[in-house]
Amino acid sequence: MQIEWIWGLVGGLMIGLAASFHLLVNGRIMGASGIIGGLVDRSGWSTWAERVAFIAGLALVPLLVKPVYTVVVETNITENLYAVVFAGLLVGVGTRLANGCTSGHGVCGISRFSLRGIGATIFYLISGGLAVIVFRHLLEVI
Amino acid sequence: MLRLITNFIAGGLFGAGLLVSGMTNTRKVQGWLDIFGDWDPTLAFVLGGAILPMAVAWNIAARRARAVLGDELPGKPGSEIDRNLVLGSLMFGAGWGLVGLCPGPAIASITWGGVGGLVFLIAMLAGMVVAPAFRTRLNAMAAALG
Repeated sequence: MQIEWIWGLVGGLMIGLAASFHLLVNGRIMGASGIIGGLVDRSGWSTWAERVAFIAGLALVPLLVKPVYTVVVETNITENLYAVVFAGLLVGVGTRLANGCTSGHGVCGISRFSLRGIGATIFYLISGGLAVIVFRHLLEVI
Repeated sequence: MLRLITNFIAGGLFGAGLLVSGMTNTRKVQGWLDIFGDWDPTLAFVLGGAILPMAVAWNIAARRARAVLGDELPGKPGSEIDRNLVLGSLMFGAGWGLVGLCPGPAIASITWGGVGGLVFLIAMLAGMVVAPAFRTRLNAMAAALG
């Protein structure tokens, strides 16, 4: 536990530096759901190459870090595939409807005191907490 | 070409940070959301650690007109907490809590997330495909209800 919060802080700083770089160099807000979603529904098609480059870095660079990282790297995803499909759909529709996820509303929004970012974060934390109570403790499906 | 490299760097550093912080480990994410179980505070440090440099970056951005590569910097955010923001965030949070993955980590862990990770990503992309139609339906329903 003691070492895990340090890794959390170090990783968090890396995420924050990535978002800072994306803002100050590329002039964009680093929101994962927006970058991916803009490709999927073509609303961000004019910048498709940059989006693909961002996603390529996001998917490939962790592979280089993984061998030298000493803490657990498993994703530990539940084996209940119905839950996985249902959750994936909720995350896909929900983040596009709300125009942002943990990175866009959470990291980039809260850091500029955006009311929408703070509001979104409060709502997804509440329903995330409720989901764990319901699905883990009451229904015991995950 | 330069833009592709700088976007790759931003995505790469983001992905590396997600792995190091524990955000790609669904057990840690659910442990943080599980306030009535065996609560794991790690994610508070992740969010705090990410917000700190970004707050500095917004401060620097406020004093500049353009980003380094010449693009206009993003304008002021809206302040309206509307129905779509609330409903969308509630839906997103429910999915996030149920499996423990949000969009960034879903991509970052795709090379080692196995079948579960792949199924989640496909379902998430499908959700993003239908989201515009869902939004239109929702707006029409709200308009009908007055």
